[in-house]
Amino acid sequence: MSSTATVVGARSENLWKGGKSPFKASYGKLMMWFFLLSDAFTFSALLITYGLIRFSNPAYTGSVEDFQFSQEWWPIPEKVFEAVPFLHGVPLPLVFVGIMTFILILSSVTMVLAVEAGHRNDRKAVEKWMLWTIFGGLTFLGCQAWEWSHFIHGTDTGTIARFLIDGEWVTKTVHGANLTVNEYGPPPFAALFFFITGFHGTHVASGVLLNFLIFYRAATGYYDRRGHYEMVEKVGLYWHFVDLVWVFVFTFFYLV
Amino acid sequence: MQSEETNKVAVQPPDKEKIRKIWRVALILGIVTACEFAVAFILPPEYRMIKIVTFILMTVVKAFYIVAEFMHLGHEVKSLIYSILIPMAFVVWLLIALIVEGGSILIVR
Repeated sequence: MSSTATVVGARSENLWKGGKSPFKASYGKLMMWFFLLSDAFTFSALLITYGLIRFSNPAYTGSVEDFQFSQEWWPIPEKVFEAVPFLHGVPLPLVFVGIMTFILILSSVTMVLAVEAGHRNDRKAVEKWMLWTIFGGLTFLGCQAWEWSHFIHGTDTGTIARFLIDGEWVTKTVHGANLTVNEYGPPPFAALFFFITGFHGTHVASGVLLNFLIFYRAATGYYDRRGHYEMVEKVGLYWHFVDLVWVFVFTFFYLV
Repeated sequence: MQSEETNKVAVQPPDKEKIRKIWRVALILGIVTACEFAVAFILPPEYRMIKIVTFILMTVVKAFYIVAEFMHLGHEVKSLIYSILIPMAFVVWLLIALIVEGGSILIVR
């Protein structure tokens, strides 16, 4: 039987019997993939929770022009996210979040270019594209900080809401949002906004840190001494995943 | 790891075709995002279901390009592709299950 093992056709038969890498991927890359799979489950759980809570609250049924914020129904996202920095009071629905989406997609593109440069052991190009990626990530985080700040402080008019305080109904004007009350809609709306975009923002922040580490090590010649730039590829996988999650958050939180 | 190994790696010239392909995928992602905006504002709110279905389809298209091209999964071994994609079936199941659940919570309330 041992002589048949040398036949070309027997190769696939021995794929899982040791001595070979069945996935043809390095340990680090493989583990990054499985980590990302588990992270995808976490993000899915958050987004699915959004779906569950949204569908268990009444939807707004009137026309979009007459829409008003109320605790009675779930808000229309394009009415909530319509502010853009330096354009106070100008309703520009989803423009700012669209800009953020483009920034993150572009930083993903520069990351692929860094990975491509890493394949060619081109240190100068890796440095250049990693810096652009870090710049994109930081810009995105800055935009998100502004968006959070606007969401928390709210609009000029606010919304009138009723509260049960000491057994009596009290009407109050609510400005902005926190974890217990918000002017846009039912309390879970703001809580979900903070959790989902916050969890994503944390990922972006740690991604920027990792990107900086890669940039630093590339710039100091660490990967040249090691002989390969595979680390750029692994962190690149993480960075693309962060972009991928934003694509889903953008659709399910802001568009639908 | 020692410093005497420095400069042993040879820098290769960039492959123009590969870089052009990266920018082409970037362009597709940009166009699909622009289309999502167009659908969000051109289609009137009465077509809610059609809008939601187009958004989800466009998101899947974008996800495909990011995962297959940027993350290079499309060029990996088949068994690796499937071991990443098949577990995602759980997510689809949970999504459908909990959205139906949410609808019935609304009725019971």
